[in-house]
Amino acid sequence: MAVKSRTLPLSKRGLNFEMFMWLFTRLSALAIYGLILIAIIGALIMGARNQMNLADVLRWGFMPTNAHVQGTDVPDLAPWSTPFWRLTGSALLLLAVAHGVHGLVVIADDYIVTVRGRNIARILSIIMIISMSLIGLYVIWTS
Amino acid sequence: MGLKRNVSLGAALRYKGQGPMWSFILHRIGGVGMAVFLMLHILASFIGGRSGVFINTIYEHWLFQIFIFFCVLFHAINGLRITIIDLFPKLLVHQRQAIWLELAVFIPLFAAAVFVIVRSALAG
Repeated sequence: MAVKSRTLPLSKRGLNFEMFMWLFTRLSALAIYGLILIAIIGALIMGARNQMNLADVLRWGFMPTNAHVQGTDVPDLAPWSTPFWRLTGSALLLLAVAHGVHGLVVIADDYIVTVRGRNIARILSIIMIISMSLIGLYVIWTS
Repeated sequence: MGLKRNVSLGAALRYKGQGPMWSFILHRIGGVGMAVFLMLHILASFIGGRSGVFINTIYEHWLFQIFIFFCVLFHAINGLRITIIDLFPKLLVHQRQAIWLELAVFIPLFAAAVFVIVRSALAG
């Protein structure tokens, strides 16, 4: 007996917004792993082994901004606040905010079941994504 | 319209979903914990001043560090399992073994981190 596939082909399923966000959640997770690895490897290349403890390396890895290495023994902050690190930090911020706020919408959908409530949750999520992205970008590029 | 669902937290905890169900719940707790922490953290670094410093003293407490590191590490490792299985659906038959593999990675890493955090907390 042939095993019948339980998933529809993509042409019958259609690529709607929720399906796109499902894929985005997975792919942004992969990109976030990559960016964190780049930040940790970059920190080790820049001498973090002798100047920082594990917690500070991880803090830098999860968000490479110079504010996260100010309290460490790093003598010169200049290599830690180049445009490269501001760009990787911005990419990490934008991906993480979109990934996280969409995750909150998915959770909210399990508890908010009315159409009106779900629309309110979506409007709030859009406001949250835009405001958090702008505030975060301001902090990254002015610190 | 809408779906009616009446599952209390107690019923969810008694549900015999085991590994996949528990990792689902912890994935949610970790995700919400990180989202709330990061939003407060971004706002605190934007506002600065006395309220920003006050929020930072909470973050630097060792109990909070253990909690947030649990959120981050579990969400990251469990998310990697979900991503790999979802992008390669043929691996779904191995998902229970994948959870044991995930725990084998998570428990040593988390234990080592808790050891480091508690040791530096005791050292003052």
